[in-house]
Amino acid sequence: MVKKIFAKIYIGLILLIMYAPILLLVVYSFNHAQYINLNQPFGRLTGSLYIDLFKNEEIMTALLNTVLIAISSAIVSTILGTLGAIGIFYSRKRVKKTMSALNQIPVLNAEIVTALSLTILFVSLKSIGVQFSFFTLLIGHVVLTVPFVVLSVIPKLQQMDVNIYEAALDLGATPSKALKKVILPEILPGIFSGFMLSITLSLDDYIITAFTKSDSFTTLSTYVYGVTAKGPLPAELRALTTLIFVGILIGLLIYNFIMAKRAKKNERRTRKA
Amino acid sequence: MEKEKIIQLIDVSKKYDDTLVVENFNLYINKGEFVTFLGPSGCGKTTTLRMIAGFEMPTSGKILLNNQDITHLPPHKRPINTVFQRYALFPHLDVYDNIAFGLKLKKVPHEKKKNKMRHLTSAEIDEKVTNALKIVDLEEFENRDISTLSGGQQQRVAIARAIVNEPEILLLDEPLGALDLKMRKDMQFELKEMHKKLGITFIYVTHDQEEALTMSDTIVVMNDGMIQQIGTPSDIYNEPANAFVADFIGESNIYTGTIISENKVRFLNHTFECVDKFEKNEKVDVVVRPEDIKLIRKDRGMVKGTLISKVFKGVHYEYVMMIGKNEVVIQSTHDYAINKEMGIIIEPDLIHIMHKEFTCNVYEGYINKNNQVCFANGEFDCDVTQLYPHSRLDEDGYLIDEKGQSHDLVDVDVKVQVEFNDIEITDNAEDGVVEGDIIQILYKGDHYQVIIRTEDEDDFVVDTEYTYNENDHVGIKIAKEKIKLTLKSEGNKHEKV
Repeated sequence: MVKKIFAKIYIGLILLIMYAPILLLVVYSFNHAQYINLNQPFGRLTGSLYIDLFKNEEIMTALLNTVLIAISSAIVSTILGTLGAIGIFYSRKRVKKTMSALNQIPVLNAEIVTALSLTILFVSLKSIGVQFSFFTLLIGHVVLTVPFVVLSVIPKLQQMDVNIYEAALDLGATPSKALKKVILPEILPGIFSGFMLSITLSLDDYIITAFTKSDSFTTLSTYVYGVTAKGPLPAELRALTTLIFVGILIGLLIYNFIMAKRAKKNERRTRKA
Repeated sequence: MEKEKIIQLIDVSKKYDDTLVVENFNLYINKGEFVTFLGPSGCGKTTTLRMIAGFEMPTSGKILLNNQDITHLPPHKRPINTVFQRYALFPHLDVYDNIAFGLKLKKVPHEKKKNKMRHLTSAEIDEKVTNALKIVDLEEFENRDISTLSGGQQQRVAIARAIVNEPEILLLDEPLGALDLKMRKDMQFELKEMHKKLGITFIYVTHDQEEALTMSDTIVVMNDGMIQQIGTPSDIYNEPANAFVADFIGESNIYTGTIISENKVRFLNHTFECVDKFEKNEKVDVVVRPEDIKLIRKDRGMVKGTLISKVFKGVHYEYVMMIGKNEVVIQSTHDYAINKEMGIIIEPDLIHIMHKEFTCNVYEGYINKNNQVCFANGEFDCDVTQLYPHSRLDEDGYLIDEKGQSHDLVDVDVKVQVEFNDIEITDNAEDGVVEGDIIQILYKGDHYQVIIRTEDEDDFVVDTEYTYNENDHVGIKIAKEKIKLTLKSEGNKHEKV
């Protein structure tokens, strides 16, 4: 009994440590005060920070830029990573091993190394007209996320029946049709999770972004770093982070709901059979 | 009517890295035939099938389809469809779309516009799919998900998906391997019926001899990448070409015999009349099927022996008789007491005699500086003095022949011969001079004949009393005095200073 109570207290404590800051943020996003001070009374409950947020052009541009780079880099990475994973999977054993190992390195490598080496590369290419721009930033994010796409697609390929590609060829599909009609639908869940992972990684990223972007381009992470260097954090950010948190929460709930429904449907079908 | 050859394989070989998987395969198949490739796993049967399907390219040789060279034609351009071992159905498509997969890709000549091709209309596809489902007995399964089907049902979908395209040849790669025995029997029958009804040429791969015997028009027995025998099921069963085929198909007693004179062969310590003609004194393999041996009172038999065991098998009893040191398996419908002396009779035409594939292990080797002989990637101790009559070795390891002349044997090429029963197998592979895997085992009445293959594909044929399993990794030792050496050329003369 005592053991059970302790277990519950322990879990509760950990959850509190994890979620208290977020909760505080959410609560204070409805308060107008510039600073969060728990010693002072909470004051008036207001949504004014949300109105300010959408009026703050700097934050809005940074947000738009962040989403833009996240989506475009995720699209490029998903295409490259998926094709790469398929290529690796169908290679001969030795090539397969080498390529898988090479793919692991960027995942484990410190981001600062990737960021610095990219910067040096771009600077050294200045003579042929390469400038820090959206394009270099895109390359930076693609480099960051491609290995993760490969890593999420390869297990799906491994789960696939080895003969289905050959079966498609056997039934008259050209290699590219077999890829489109058989392989891609099979590994779609892997591709999707690779895409989502890319978006998340890109949204969060600061180091590579800071090193490869042009000066005039700001994303949320670089904006926050920028303003904190100069002075206090704008209060509107409390509203923004709350919105992001809630958005992700809703997305997660919907995803779980769909998954649960699908699992139930499959179960029913198998039972019927 | 002259039969049309639908497919021909000419001198086809396939090498993976350095291993020959299929060697000099020559075969033609007539239109409408049901042909089975039969052999143990790893014999090259599936590789051959995959070359016909186009998934593998032969390393050398040609494949002709209707006299057209298709050796390098990609699989999607061949009018050949495959039923895969593990079905390989598309899990994201339902039964209907799986079967319609090939039809949706197919193009047929346009009726109205000349030189134009068109896709099949959905009505045409619908009709064909429904028809195919009817053939495999899966009506009303169109909309089912693949994951909800049983193994047998998936198998039927896989067959429907292949035959719906009306291929010229249907390839079946151990299609019934994953089914339970009862279902397998039913499917064997259904496949045979389907073959009759559709008139498509079937090429079937299996390691199950019974399956091959029941279903095929022609059986191609394969072992170790090579065709052992091609024939009808009854040919293969009644006239096996060699001891391997006899052992692989059905039960058999295999002995080593000697031809005494024309129509007389000696084995089981008795001289039997036989019908095959072989050279006098030749050592031969003799095969007798258990059901071809008649048990009789001991004073009336050709040979007598003691029944040592009896097992009831439903239709018949299976007895084991000891004749001298040899075991003889006999099937009889009569019930006899065991531990009783009885005689046996074997009719001359039921004794199958075949040339021995091997009579002695022969290798090419050379002598190293320790006066050992090197062959099959091993260094064996041997007696080099046998190379020159009455010779001896001096203290420096030079060979002194009878005239007192000295020979340096280093790097001299020699022919090495070792009898089957002079090789010793060590269970612990590292204890042997060379290591290898057992690739074949034949029981020959009183001993096993085992073939051990080293990593470099050198074979050792060994006669042993002990039981081993296929794929056992073992070592090989040969006693010094059992290695027979003969010179391939004169040794380097060495003048002593």
